[in-house]
Amino acid sequence: MDTLAGSAWDGGVAPFATNTKKLGMWLFLLSDSLTFSTAILAYAYVRLSSANWPRPFEFSPAVVNATFLTFILLSSSLTMVMAVAAAHRDEIRKAVIYIILTAIGGIAFVVLHLMEWFRLFAEGVTPWSNHYVVNGQPGDPLFGGTFFGLTGLHMLHVSIGVIYLCIIAYGFGRRKFNADHVEVSGLYWHFVDLVWMFIFPMVYLMSVNLKG
Amino acid sequence: MSAHGATAEATHQPGSKKLFMWVWFWLLILTGVETFLAYLRLEPHLMLTLLIGLSLIKAALIVAYFMHLRFEKIGLFLIIVPSLVFCLTMILIFVFPDSLRIAQLSGLGH
Repeated sequence: MDTLAGSAWDGGVAPFATNTKKLGMWLFLLSDSLTFSTAILAYAYVRLSSANWPRPFEFSPAVVNATFLTFILLSSSLTMVMAVAAAHRDEIRKAVIYIILTAIGGIAFVVLHLMEWFRLFAEGVTPWSNHYVVNGQPGDPLFGGTFFGLTGLHMLHVSIGVIYLCIIAYGFGRRKFNADHVEVSGLYWHFVDLVWMFIFPMVYLMSVNLKG
Repeated sequence: MSAHGATAEATHQPGSKKLFMWVWFWLLILTGVETFLAYLRLEPHLMLTLLIGLSLIKAALIVAYFMHLRFEKIGLFLIIVPSLVFCLTMILIFVFPDSLRIAQLSGLGH
């Protein structure tokens, strides 16, 4: 890594001074952030061009619940940072505990989010219909499509992240993986957190009921 | 984005526990501000502008500190962030305004 002889373009082995795993993860996250960006922009697109877009969420419980989900994800990111730091200091036990705490945060997020989904299903909000009335018309069915699409895509990423973290915790605990593997899984986890920082305001806060 | 990428690599973990706690704390504060804006029920355009601004700050904090990009070689930053900004700008310029045209056609008058 430190054997950069002369110019990085002149046969240098690591122009970015990172290992290939980390560079690969960064490039994946770049493409994944475009996936999420286009999904969020598509949501904004159909919402702006719709005359009967519902704003159904009450401040409590929907927005309070989503704020709590944000708190869980941010805290799991903090434990992941601690896990990476411990892994680089070669404190294997500590790192594994922090990774497992992070995974527990992810599981809590998915469970609480699914409970909210089922509450909406019970109210009659599905990906293709809803019972809201906006300006005397039925609410735009795309509301459910975009809501469940965006949050579902994010939930899928969290679920994959939990599986990924469990594998890393197992492998790192058994010294099959090194600290670089933990760091790369951390990049993925922080990215999932980062995406939620856009979905939370766009989907929840912009949908708070204006009537109060 | 330190220019001393090689040094950062050697020490492996730049940034202390205290620093990460501070970043986490500020992320929570900014989240609280966003939720408070929803509680105030501001006018949608102003609300959207403030929320996007706050979210970009939060995203920058996560990328810079939690994802360590601030401590990597600047080359890594340069292949990731400008290309993302470029792609999003292209979408915003060439695709997104069409939704406003549809809204005008249907007499929404945004």
